[in-house]
Amino acid sequence: MRIVVDFDLCESNAVCMQIAPDIFEVRDDDFLYILNETPGEGDRSRVEECVQRCPKQAISIAED
Amino acid sequence: MTQAPRAITIVGASLAGLNAAEALRREGFDGPVTLIGAESHLPYDRPPLSKQVLAGDWEPERAALTDPEELEEDGIESRLGVRATALDLNTRQLTLHTGETVEFDGLVIATGARCRTMPGTEGISGVHVLRSLDDCLALRADFEAMPQRVVVVGAGFIGAEVAATARGRGLDVTMVEALPTPLSRVLGDAMGEVCAEVHRDHGVDLRTAVGVEHIAGDGRVERVTLSDGSTIDADVVVVGIGVIPNTEWLDGSGLEVDDGVVCDASCLAADRVTAAGDVARWPNELFGETMRVEHWDNAAQQGAHAARCLLDAAVGPFTPVPWFWSDQYDRKIQLAGRVRGDDEVRVVTGSVEERRFAAIYGRAGRITGVLGFNRPRHVMRYRALIEQRASFDEALAAEF
Ligand SMILES: Cc1cc2nc3c(=O)[nH]c(=O)nc-3n(C[C@H](O)[C@H](O)[C@H](O)COP(=O)(O)OP(=O)(O)OC[C@H]3O[C@@H](n4cnc5c(N)ncnc54)[C@H](O)[C@@H]3O)c2cc1C
Ligand code: SF4
Repeated sequence: MRIVVDFDLCESNAVCMQIAPDIFEVRDDDFLYILNETPGEGDRSRVEECVQRCPKQAISIAED
Repeated sequence: MTQAPRAITIVGASLAGLNAAEALRREGFDGPVTLIGAESHLPYDRPPLSKQVLAGDWEPERAALTDPEELEEDGIESRLGVRATALDLNTRQLTLHTGETVEFDGLVIATGARCRTMPGTEGISGVHVLRSLDDCLALRADFEAMPQRVVVVGAGFIGAEVAATARGRGLDVTMVEALPTPLSRVLGDAMGEVCAEVHRDHGVDLRTAVGVEHIAGDGRVERVTLSDGSTIDADVVVVGIGVIPNTEWLDGSGLEVDDGVVCDASCLAADRVTAAGDVARWPNELFGETMRVEHWDNAAQQGAHAARCLLDAAVGPFTPVPWFWSDQYDRKIQLAGRVRGDDEVRVVTGSVEERRFAAIYGRAGRITGVLGFNRPRHVMRYRALIEQRASFDEALAAEF
């Protein structure tokens, strides 16, 4: 599982960071950083929650 | 305990309704799912209507929340341009505006809210409200005609965003607010004043503590008369004075309606009937308070919760920390929690002068909310503390 964020859509509101702070971080420069692009299967449900809750539908999961 | 429904009908094809439908499929429900919506459009996102779409930066298609292929793939049937006019819980039938009746088994009520209007302005063109895509395109067309003067009635979040977008288009804007300080009931006087200053700095003529007496024009709007007797010339007027939940179609259904459909803590309104989004009122056990929330995140999450509740009565209470954002000029304002105008407010990071800060709110020893101006990270961190029912002192001591 690889996390893909469309940075043209992302508006740095940090919803994903609240769900998975170990994977997503919005820093003081107001940009979103992906801390772990390829989390393990154990993180899948949290990442799926991020995909669903992102107000901009900016996050997707690539299976490769 | 009642059985899970065989088929589920969702009335209201917008954010809450679509999230309910998608959640049903995610949870593995394989019976028929039908979305009934009064608008002719497939579900679309409303926040861009006062921002990117109104600004002319986005074409309306970009606000779409789904497309026919996606719905087909998920096996979600949609009936658009169809309004439900009555609900009969005994026969489990809906009446549609066409006169047709349709049976349902499980039901999600997601009919949202509509704008309050100013009485007496119905026949005057150039007077707008902003709720739907059609409203947005009508207002955008009036903005594109380069009016001399735009008057925004109400300095709430929608009014504020419309004012910001109109200024971004180079239009002259006067904003009229009945309260002495905009948003003071929500944010308190000090933070409301910060919002007021942001508008003034961007050239908005903000008039506070004054009401609108009368909007006049001969066919087309010409003038707004204020309660202090002054008048403002206007080519376009946008009225942003709050919303009313769409519950009239439930009159006589036996469902309890009190500024929204009254639900229990898990969003259940009656046997196999749930409600979600702007139309739903429910006791949020995290705050020990009954609330109706008019935010994007709530509609999406509550829609999903209401769907799960139909499938499994033991799903438990819906206990979110309400959260929303508002984009005005280059500021991203976010508020999480349940704050009141008289809560204690403390700036915890950043600088109010630079309009880049976070402030937390407290009442009775507990943190009740957090307001951020371009501080999303802090808002989300304090939101987690609110969720954990942290004390105000703990929150003040926290470092992020
Ligand atoms: C211009 C604008 C900007 C916004 N910006 C933000 C923002 O920046 N951040 C934020 O958090 N929130 C924002 N919001 C609020 C957010 O969009 C709403 O909370 C959300 O749309 C609520 O979703 P809903 O599905 O509950 O209701 P709605 O979106 O109101 O949808 C209800 C749907 O039901 C339909 N309907 C009504 N009655 C019937 C009937 N009898 N039969 C069939 N269909 C019916 C309606 O036509 C409508 O399509 C904004 C709202 C607007 C209008
Ligand atoms: S939730 Fe979406 S929009 Fe918000 S920071 Fe994460 S990716 Fe960006």
